[in-house]
Parts: sequence; C-alpha cells; structure tokens
Amino acid sequence: MTFLLQLAVTGLALGMVYALVALGFVIILKCSHTFNIAQGHFVMIGGYLGYTFLVPLGLPIWTTLILTILTAVAMGLVIERLTIRPLVGQPDLAVIMMTIALATVLEGLATLLWGAEYKTYHGLLPTLNLKVGEISVPPESLIGLVVSFVCVVLLLLLFRFTKIGLAMRATAEDLQVVQSMGIKATSVYATSWIIACVVGVIGGILLGGVSGISVHLSEVGLKAFAVVLLGGVNSIGGAILAGIILGILENIAAGYLDPLLPGGGLANIFPFVVMIIVLIFRPYGLFGLARIERI
Amino acid sequence: MSRRFGTFRESYPQDMAILQSPGQWGIFFLLIVFLAACPLFFSERILTVLTMIGIAVISVQGLNILTGYCGQISMGHVGFMAVGAYVSAILTAKLGWSFWAALPCAALAAGIAGLVFGLPSLKIKGFYLIMATIAAHFIIIWLVLQLRGLTGGADGMAVPKPRIGSFILQSKASYFYLVTILAGLFTYFALNLIRTRTGRAFVAVRDNDLAAEVMGINLWRYKLEAFFIGCVYAGVAGSLLVHYYGFASADQFPFMDSVWYIGMLIVGGMGSIAGAILGAVSLKLLDELVTVVGPFLSAAVAAQAAAALALIARGLIIILFLIYEPRGLEHRFELIKAYFKLWPFSQEEAD
Repeated sequence: MTFLLQLAVTGLALGMVYALVALGFVIILKCSHTFNIAQGHFVMIGGYLGYTFLVPLGLPIWTTLILTILTAVAMGLVIERLTIRPLVGQPDLAVIMMTIALATVLEGLATLLWGAEYKTYHGLLPTLNLKVGEISVPPESLIGLVVSFVCVVLLLLLFRFTKIGLAMRATAEDLQVVQSMGIKATSVYATSWIIACVVGVIGGILLGGVSGISVHLSEVGLKAFAVVLLGGVNSIGGAILAGIILGILENIAAGYLDPLLPGGGLANIFPFVVMIIVLIFRPYGLFGLARIERI
Repeated sequence: MSRRFGTFRESYPQDMAILQSPGQWGIFFLLIVFLAACPLFFSERILTVLTMIGIAVISVQGLNILTGYCGQISMGHVGFMAVGAYVSAILTAKLGWSFWAALPCAALAAGIAGLVFGLPSLKIKGFYLIMATIAAHFIIIWLVLQLRGLTGGADGMAVPKPRIGSFILQSKASYFYLVTILAGLFTYFALNLIRTRTGRAFVAVRDNDLAAEVMGINLWRYKLEAFFIGCVYAGVAGSLLVHYYGFASADQFPFMDSVWYIGMLIVGGMGSIAGAILGAVSLKLLDELVTVVGPFLSAAVAAQAAAALALIARGLIIILFLIYEPRGLEHRFELIKAYFKLWPFSQEEAD
C-alpha cells in the first residue's frame, strides 16, 4: 500500500508538469487551430537554457527563471512570425509538418550549441521536503508540483480576468467575430505562441532538475500529446486532469510491470498505448467537444 | 492537365497509354539504358546511394498512395517498414525460406499491420490520425525490442542475402538491379492504380470524405484499402533494406525517417507519382551531401556539428518548401515546362 501511494504521489508531481506542458499545446490549438508538435522541444530548450544560466554562468535560480522566460518570449515571437504566420489558411497537414520541421531545427540547434552529452544541474533547484506518514515526496518532484500548480493557476487567472485572456477565449470561439470587433488576431496568435513557449521552458527547467537534460527531454512532448488526447484537445481543465491521471498511471504501471518485463521501458510506451485506446474508443477525449462535420 | 501538342488520341488504348509520344518513349528508353549502365561507370559508393534512393522511392510511393492520394496521413510509415523487414528477416534467417517467398509474405504482413493501425482512421483524421500512427510506430518498435527470441531484440539479427538458384546477389550492382526493377514495377502499379475506380475513390475520400460517402463510396473499404496498399509498399521497402545490409536492427527504423518520408512528399509534390520520385531522389541526394560535408565540418567546427547540420538542413528544407513552394518540385517542373512550351508569349502564363 505504501509502495502504491508512493508511486501515486511521485506520479502526481510528474503529471502536474505534463499538464503544464500540455496546457501550452492546448492554448495554441484553441487560439489558432494549430497542432504544435514542437511543444516537447520547447521543454528541451528550456532545460538547456536553465542549464546554461545555472551551471556555466552560475546565476541564481530566480535570475535564471526570469532570463529563461525572456528568451522563451523572444523565441515564441520569432517562431510565430517566421514559420507559422506565412501558413495562415494552408491545410492542416502543412501547418503540422511546419511544426515538425521546427522541432527538427530546434533539435539540431540544441545539438549544435550544447553537444550531445548528458547535462545535469542536480541539487541546484530550491527544494521542499514533505513527509506524510511513511510516504516521502522526492524534493525535486515536489517543487515541480508547486511551480506547475502556480503556473496553471496564473494562466487560468490570465484567461479569466485580463483583456488579452478575453481576446484569446473569443478567438477560440469565433475568429470572424473577433476580427470584426477590432481585435488583432495576429497578436492573439503571437501571444498564444509566447505562452506555449514560456510554459514549455518552465516545464523544461523543472524536468531538467529531475531527470537531467539531453535531446531526449523533448520526448516529454509525446506524453503531452497523450495527455491532450485523453483530456480532449480543446479543454484546459481536461488537460490538467488528464495530465495528473496519466502521470499517476504511468508511474504505477512502470512500478508494478517493469520488474515483470525483461526489457523494461514500459513507461516510454505507456503514453502511446493510452493514445491508441483513447483514439479508438473516445476520439475526442474525456472533455473535448465532438466535432460535427457538414459538407 | 494540358494535352501535348500534336498528340491525337484517336483510340481508347491511345488515350489510356502512359507514354503517349515517340519523344516520351525515347526518354523512357534512355532512362532504362542509363540505369542499366550505371554499374559500369559508377563506384560502389554511388551504387549504394542509388540503391538507397530506389528503396526510398518504393516506400514514398506507398506513402503517396496513402497520404497523397487518399489523404490519410501516416507518420508510422517506418514502423510498417520494420514489420516487413522483420517478417522477411525471420522467414529467411530462422525458417530458411528463400527471399522470393519471404518478400510477398513481408509485404502482406506489413499490409495487415497497416490494416490494424488503420482502423482508427474510420473515426478520426488529421492530427488524431497522425498521433495514432506515431503511436503505431513506437508500439511496433517496442514489440521488436521485446520479442527477443524472434528478433534478437536490441542486438539485431543477421539476414541472408537473396539468391537466384546458386547465384547470390552479393555485389552492389546485382542488388542495385533488383531494387531498380522493383521500384519500377511498384511505380508502374501506382501509376495504374490511381486511374482505376479505386484510385479515383481515394482522391474523392481525400478531397472530402463526407461528400465521398454520400456519393456512394464505401469509406470503410477504401480507407483500409489505402492503408493496406501503402503499407505493402512499406513492407517491401523494409525487406529490401535489411536484405541489403544483411542485418536487421531496430536502429535502422528511426521515427524521424517517417517524418522525412512525408518531407519527401512535400518537397516532391503530394499526390503525384512523379513528385514522389522527385522528392525521394532530391532529399536522398541532400542527405548524401550532408554526409559528405559532415566530416569536414566536424573537423572544422565541433564533433557534433555534422549531426546537428543534418537535422537543421532537413528541417529548413521542409520549412522553405512549405512557405515558398507548397505544391512541390513537380509543380515547379510543370511551370517551367509550360514556360518553354509557350515561349515567346509565356510571360503571363508562367505564374
């Protein structure tokens, strides 16, 4: 029982980070109907940026956080302007391929700038200790849980109470109405990419502290897709809940089944199994809107 | 599609002919003579590149039928290649079958795997289908690594070279001929397929599947048929790949290659047989260029520069084509042809 709870708590913390990363994906999808395959690569870039500022430059964690977020804002602006804006009105596949190509370029740039070696800044993130009964929460995971939670709440407040949040929600609802009301759709698109980049790099810094950084950190993006599909692609609440569910399930499945399988690595395949099952039985996820098509 | 000047299609066979003028026949024969003579004046290194191009052409033709003509986007194409590769490898290496019997079985097995993972396509499309096929890729590769007794797991397995009677296709030249002939046959099949009822149904499904269904096209049947045919091509390509190397391992089937195959379609021109060939040839040549330049770059800049350059070059090529030539090289080629055909008066026509 303790083992199960331990796995569940660790999974919860991990799942919250997945939810944060998935949220970036959902925001872009809702605002500009673009499926952003490169979301996981924002996470990877975030991990590398965090490493650069923390270890070679030796900056304190708060400065690192601010500098990383500023870089992410610039990155989001450049990416949106140079690669996504020219494709407005093109078919879905073109835009999806564009984000995949973007992911390839980001991976190449990361390899070029930081090399293929495994990087780590273990112990540099602030830690919190919490022990409930026999269950101890690993400190890196706990800080991930707290930071992700704060970010998610901040984002929800942004959507609920600010003007740009209102504009973004309106754009998700109906693009033509928004344009006729005098809201610049392009600035809404740019904002959504900036937010996606920022939550991505924050997730990257957190995950980098837990698991170290290599180009494989981008695979967390694939988990984010499973989260998004499970929650329903256009539901923010769904993404958060599905992130937590997937994090817990993955950890429990890996904890119990990995010793049984000689090769192990079930945690890596798990999101895909979830994806296939969701896609076959409930293609629009738990909370997504079923799309009604007309000719 | 413009008619060629001076070609009068007076009978049905003339109208249906693939090569319609003496000029086209001439180009066709020159191409055959050129391909047949390749081993005479090219080094083994270049023959290897040409063989790889042939295998890529087969694979991309399959993806073109599935994605370009039927509109079902598959990003697990390399996964299906792996199915064909391993079935053929196991049949020849473990059971002692001949390559010629194993190749159709490999194609069939890949086709059936495609049917299974194509099932969700009845309910979903676009991004959802991309995710399902990506999942298919990773599940297939995971299975390959898990079924250690059959596949050798991460260590891979040795695969015998194909043989005709007592003649083993050991030399680069003989394998080059095998791949070229198969690539030609499969391209011919694709050319004919898209002109049949099935091919036209594929195009209707691609353009609007609801409208197609209303017109009486059985979506269930044609979507699965597209998956089956596309994956049969992948299975053949995968089988040829491992028999060429004489070795099969999961590393030969990286996920990024699936993306790269879609990239070939985009660069060449989606939904066009010539486009698939153009895309496969040009991007494989680009890969080769990167491999040649890579070592110099590694020595000059940094050790990881070559790998990074390959990734960046691939990504940038796709980005540039998506922005500046979304209809691919094939479209550009047609424009250039039209320009010269109409020549002194071609200014307005060219764009």
